[in-house]
Amino acid sequence: MLRFLSLRLASSLFALLIITLIVFLLSHLSGSPVDALLPDDASQEQIDAFVRDWGLDKPLWRQYLTFLGNALQGDFGTSLKWPGEDAMGFVLDRMPATLNLGGLAILISVVIALPLGVAAAVYKSSPIDSGAQIFALLGQSMPNFWLGIILIWVFSVWLGWLPTSGMGTIAHAVLPAIAIAWFQISALARLTRSAMLEVLDAEYIKLARVKGVPEWKVVWKHALRNAAVVPLTYFGILAASILTGSVVIETVYSWPGMGWVAIEAIRGRDFPVVQAVIIAYAVIYMISTLVVDLLYVLVDPRIRHG
Amino acid sequence: MADTPIRTVPSPGLWRRARSLPLVPIGVLLTVFIIPAFFAEWIAPHDPYVPNLKARLQPPVFFGGTWEFAMGTDRLGRDILSRILHGAWYVLAVSMIGIAVGVVVGTTLGLVAGYVRGWFDGLVMRLVDISLALPAMLLALALAAALGASFLSVVIVVGFALWAYFARQVRAEVLLLRKSDFVARSLVAGSSHARILFRHILPNVTNTIVVLATLQVGIAIMLDASLSFLGIGIPRPTPTWGLLVSDGRDFIATDWWISFFPGLAILLTVLSANMLGDWLRDRLDPRQRQI
Amino acid sequence: MAEAPLLEVTDLKVEISTKAASFFPVNGHSFTVRAGETLGIVGESGSGKSMTAMSLARLLPKHAAHIRSGSVKLDGRELLTLSEPEMRRVRGKEIAMILQDPQTSLNPVFTVGEQISEALRLHAPGPRRTLRERAIDALRKVKVAAPEHRVDAYPSELSGGMRQRVVGAIAISCQPKIIIADEPTTSLDVTVQAQYLRLLREMQDETGMAILFITHDFGIVANLCHRIAVMYFGRIVESGPVDKIFARPAHPYTEALIAALPKLRGQQGRLRTITGQPPVPTDQIAGCPFAPRCEYADARCRSELPPSVDADSAGDHSASCWKVDR
Repeated sequence: MLRFLSLRLASSLFALLIITLIVFLLSHLSGSPVDALLPDDASQEQIDAFVRDWGLDKPLWRQYLTFLGNALQGDFGTSLKWPGEDAMGFVLDRMPATLNLGGLAILISVVIALPLGVAAAVYKSSPIDSGAQIFALLGQSMPNFWLGIILIWVFSVWLGWLPTSGMGTIAHAVLPAIAIAWFQISALARLTRSAMLEVLDAEYIKLARVKGVPEWKVVWKHALRNAAVVPLTYFGILAASILTGSVVIETVYSWPGMGWVAIEAIRGRDFPVVQAVIIAYAVIYMISTLVVDLLYVLVDPRIRHG
Repeated sequence: MADTPIRTVPSPGLWRRARSLPLVPIGVLLTVFIIPAFFAEWIAPHDPYVPNLKARLQPPVFFGGTWEFAMGTDRLGRDILSRILHGAWYVLAVSMIGIAVGVVVGTTLGLVAGYVRGWFDGLVMRLVDISLALPAMLLALALAAALGASFLSVVIVVGFALWAYFARQVRAEVLLLRKSDFVARSLVAGSSHARILFRHILPNVTNTIVVLATLQVGIAIMLDASLSFLGIGIPRPTPTWGLLVSDGRDFIATDWWISFFPGLAILLTVLSANMLGDWLRDRLDPRQRQI
Repeated sequence: MAEAPLLEVTDLKVEISTKAASFFPVNGHSFTVRAGETLGIVGESGSGKSMTAMSLARLLPKHAAHIRSGSVKLDGRELLTLSEPEMRRVRGKEIAMILQDPQTSLNPVFTVGEQISEALRLHAPGPRRTLRERAIDALRKVKVAAPEHRVDAYPSELSGGMRQRVVGAIAISCQPKIIIADEPTTSLDVTVQAQYLRLLREMQDETGMAILFITHDFGIVANLCHRIAVMYFGRIVESGPVDKIFARPAHPYTEALIAALPKLRGQQGRLRTITGQPPVPTDQIAGCPFAPRCEYADARCRSELPPSVDADSAGDHSASCWKVDR
């Protein structure tokens, strides 16, 4: 088990390394990094200092090592769009907003998708089941930014229940979180359903009934605990997709998180901040997949001892 | 002879096959996506680019508007329907070329990796893992920041997002195929490795590739739409669907149709592409049903 | 003979109805099990014996199978009319079951102890510590070595025979009046099988519970059971004490089954097999369902269903055959 986890950790770190390489190479792809990373009106002294700091007069691989060294210390330079701000510091300031929104989105998707998938499996071929399947198909085909706009239209403009955009109260987070969760709900519900269908036929489910365990407990304790392993493997993809969703949805709702910063930075050609955002996203993503691996081991004793 | 009953019922197998074709998704795909993509020039009622300030913000027909502008007009008086029809071409081009890039890169790497094994296989599989683990959006952001958004950058992002699925699946099948009799026979008969790969193994994995590619159409369109919505897709004034949705974002309270109809076009297209993909998968490749 | 039977099943009929067909895998059973007795129900696969077991616990597959008529009385109480919550209190507590496959009948994500004490908690609640003690006790009773240690093990850490013992421990943990064992040994190898059967008998001696033992293996019932009921095509065709049935089988089907047993001692003759295929449950048969394979069958056997008649004057051995006195 330790071997499994350290292997996963190593491969995550390797992936992170590849990302830094991609980001580094891209900053050179556009011509000199001086153009990409410094404001257009930078003075000659600024340029010279920059060249010295980042080792731009050295060969490419040395430059990469310098970049990597600076990155490890969280130094991605200073923002161009938000003058005086340290790029990574600025991104980290916005991180809680994104994590809160993502967390709420995960919560919503699990709270809706799990019961939906379980119900669809228990009442297979019933109207509940077909309803869930239609919902899943729709969920996977609806663009989340459009859904976000439609939600604003219905709940903020028409009904006036929730604010249209910005951050503040919990009410501000409800619509964006639903818009992010939407796609996940259908994917998770579908996975849960097929996993539950398999488990509900198992011999140990019969034994639980034979023992006199009430039906709801058979489903929610005996079956779901076994079926949960399958949706859990999906959580890695879920994390990725929620991060991606947050970039789009934060823009729709002007939610001042990392995604919003990323888009603003690109519009302002603020490459230091873009670099910092991408690396920050990648780190969040790697950590969440590692957490999933840990959970996976906790849920299934077969892996723990296997 | 005369009293032999004449059979007018076609053979049941053929009839059932024809009837089981998913006609609704195919029809929707044709009307919303494919026909507009190729014939927008002729069927669009208005010019998608030229502002018409006299006709600003016309509501759609049945909502106080007229058939002249069936889906209403935007702030500059441009006909939403015409813009959607013209946008279809770009959506189609980006998704198809993006998928093609994914197919070519993924299939080639998967074929070679599965056939030669060894360190090359190891390297490719590591890259597959990383690529599957990386949200494509990150690369899109980086590319847009470094190069600026363009048709090319979107195609690269789509290709990058998809190649690993093809590489993984093709490699898995090659691993099975290379052990089979016909490969051994061709080797004995003196065929070159390249010939075996492309003449013998490749035809055996085409079903898989076709199914996978169809299933990716929805993903590709969605990715393209998200990028254009964020302003890091094909730049203005090209009326890609994501851009059209973002045009109406700030006017949803008053002029809902600007965002509504382009989004509906995305929804219908992706929905029918997904249904078609599911159908094809069940038909051609029952093994993949679990994916 | 005077005491009332513990389990009394009368004219039990189970119908399976699907879109394609509807048929009766259990078609009018009657049998009794007395306290402390072991009744073996023997039959080929598809004869309806597992369906009988599941209908006694009222755990037939939902939607597909239904009990159409009959009565199941446990200690004089009718089970078929109980509400679901009442029935749940019977399951596990008064009727316990041991299922076929030890590899899969334990839940892989809970420890052995959790699975035993779950039954205890439902039927005889107590504080956590005592539940654990009682789970260990139950493991000790089924002769699991180092029960204090094994109680925290997951099923994946145990051998097949050990898992089957755990299933047995779950069954006896609430001191049921009767255990229904549905082919509990088919997936075990022969030595483990013998140990397990010995264990079942010891458990019975100790607790005085009754056992309804369902199997396709005539060889097993000889050593384990007091009485036997032979099933064929959804009906009990012969029932009686073990020694009488082995000595003078009254039904030609029983006769053929016994003749097909490999003999350990005596003449090493050719094994006899029953000719023909057993009917499938969806078949419609007018006369005696065994008639097509029966060497004694005549015209009446093929047209009229034989009633159950006494095979001797003692009244404890009966068979459904026109040719009992052949």
